[in-house]
Amino acid sequence: MSILEESFSGIHKKLHNKELKVSELVDASFSRIKEVDDKVQAFLTLNEEAARNQAAKMDEAMGTGNTRGLLFGLPAGIKDNIVTNGLRTTAASQLLANFDPVHNATVMDGLEEADALTIGKLNMDEFAMGSSNENSGFYSARNPWNTDYVPGGSSGGAAASVAAGEVSFSLGSDTGGSIRQPASYCGVVGLKPTYGRVSRYGLIAFASSLDQIGPLTKNVEDNALVLGQIAGHDRRDSTSADVGISDYLSSLTGDVKGMKIAVPKEYLGEGVHEGVRNRVLEALKVLEQQGAEWEEVSLPHSQYAVAAYYLLASSEASANLARFDGVRYGVRAENADNLIDMYKETRSQGFGDEVKRRIMLGTFALSSGYYDAYYKKAQKVRTLIKRDFDQILEKYDVIVGPTAPTTAFKIGEKVNDPLTMYANDILTIPVNLAGVPAISVPCGFSEGLPVGLQIISRPFEESTVYRAAHAYEQAAGHYKAKPEL
Amino acid sequence: MERISKDQVRHVAHLARLSVTEEEVDTFTEQLDDIIEFAEQLNELDTDDVEPTTHVLDIHNVLRKDEKRPSLDREEALKNAPDQEDGQVKVPSVLE
Repeated sequence: MSILEESFSGIHKKLHNKELKVSELVDASFSRIKEVDDKVQAFLTLNEEAARNQAAKMDEAMGTGNTRGLLFGLPAGIKDNIVTNGLRTTAASQLLANFDPVHNATVMDGLEEADALTIGKLNMDEFAMGSSNENSGFYSARNPWNTDYVPGGSSGGAAASVAAGEVSFSLGSDTGGSIRQPASYCGVVGLKPTYGRVSRYGLIAFASSLDQIGPLTKNVEDNALVLGQIAGHDRRDSTSADVGISDYLSSLTGDVKGMKIAVPKEYLGEGVHEGVRNRVLEALKVLEQQGAEWEEVSLPHSQYAVAAYYLLASSEASANLARFDGVRYGVRAENADNLIDMYKETRSQGFGDEVKRRIMLGTFALSSGYYDAYYKKAQKVRTLIKRDFDQILEKYDVIVGPTAPTTAFKIGEKVNDPLTMYANDILTIPVNLAGVPAISVPCGFSEGLPVGLQIISRPFEESTVYRAAHAYEQAAGHYKAKPEL
Repeated sequence: MERISKDQVRHVAHLARLSVTEEEVDTFTEQLDDIIEFAEQLNELDTDDVEPTTHVLDIHNVLRKDEKRPSLDREEALKNAPDQEDGQVKVPSVLE
C-alpha cells in the first residue's frame, strides 16, 4: 500500500516514530504523479523543487523538537482557482496561462501555518464553470475508477488526485456542487462549508454569493482536520463570518443515537438512477441501525433551483469576469487597434465556450429591461428555496440524499448539451442557494463507479455534518476502496 | 416563440466585451434561447410578496478603521502586466 493511502493519523504516527521522513512522503507523492498522472491528468502545474526543499528543511527541524502543525508534512493539491504566491495559477483558462500571483489566498496561509506542503495546482473546469472537467482550457482530468469517464467538476482534479493517491488531500471550491459532485464521482470525501465559514480571499471569484472553498480527503477525520486549519473570519473577506470555529475532531464521536434525519422525496425521485437510490437507502439503513431515525420530507421548491442558479451564478460571473480584460495580467491579444478591440479580442481568444455562454447569459439577465424578469425573479425564488431548508432543519438535525442523481458519465457524452449537463447538479445546487454546509461521503458502487451520500445541516453546524458522516463511514467502510490504475 | 434575437445577442456580446463571429451568433442565439426558456419555469411561482435574497448571511455594511496597511509595491503590482512603461500599465489608444 502506498503511504499516501494512509490517514493523516497513520502518517503522523510513522513520522513521529521516525519510520518515515517528510522527504519520503513528498517523494511518494511525485513518484505516484509520474506513474499515473498521464492517465488521470489531475495536475496542471507541479511545485516539485519548492516542495522537496521544504520537506528537507522539515526533516532537519524534526530532530530539534520544533512544534509541528496539524498538517505537518502532508502533500496537498490545490485547485487552480486558488491563488498561490509565485506558483502559476490559471483557473484552467488560456487567458491566465502566464499568470504568477504575487500573493497567497488566505487558505494557503492557513495550510502553510499548519505545515502542509503544496505539491501542485489541480485541473478544473475553466473558472469553475462545469460539471465534468471537459471545460478545462488545457486538458480534461479523468476518473481514476475508469479513465473513459469524467471525474466530475468543477474540482475534478482535486477529487481525482485524492482518489488516485497522488496527494494526502486537496482543496477545491464549490459554487453549485463543484466539490461534492466530483467527490461523489471519484469516491472521496468532500465538504462544502457554510457560506462564510472559509475566507474567499484569493479564490478567483465565479459567483461571490455562492462560492466556498473546502477540503477533499480520503476519510471524514482527515477532512475535519483540514477544515479546522482553513476556517475562520478574515478581515480581507468581509463576507467571512465572525463565528467561532468548533473543534471538529471532537464531533467525531460515532454516536448518532436519536439523530433526526430528513430525506427529501425530491432527492430519490425521477431522474435518480436506481443504483444510486439503492445505495442511499442502504446507507439510511446503516444509520438507522446506529440509532438514528429518518422520515420522508419535501423540499417543494428544489425543482426550481437549477433555473434560479444559472441566472444568479451567471449574472455574478458576468460581473466578476469583467476583470479579465488583458490590462493588468493575463494573455493580452496582440495587434488590437484600440482599447475596446483589445478587450474584445483578449476575452474572445482567452475564454472557452462555456465561460462565454455564461457571461452572455449573465449579461443578458442583468441588462436593462430584463433585470426584474430574470435576475430579481431568481433572487426571490432563492428566498423560497432557502425557506424550505430553514423549515426542515428546524425539526431535523440533517438532510440526507444522494450527492448526484447518477454516477460518473462518459467523457464526451453530455458535452454538446448545456442543459443536460446543468441538470446533473440538481441535488447540490439548492445547498449553495441556501448557504448551508454539506458533505459527500462514499456509500458504495453502482456498475463499478462510486456513489456519494450527501449530508446537509444547519449554517455553521459542520460538526453535525461530520458526526453523521463519520459514524456512517466507519460503520459502512466504503471509504477503504481504492481504484486500480 | 423567439426569446432572444440575433441582434440582441450581438448587443449583449458587445456589452460583455466579446467579439463574436456570425457562426457564434447563431449558436449563442439558439443556446441562450433554450436556457432562457428553461429559466421561465420560475414564472410558475408567485413571488409578489417574497423578498429577494442577495446574500444568505445576515451581514450588513462591514466597516473598518481607515488605517494604512502594507500592500503590493509597484514592481509586484506590475509583474503580470502584459505591457508597461515608466512604472505604469500601458494599453492601446483609448480614443481613435
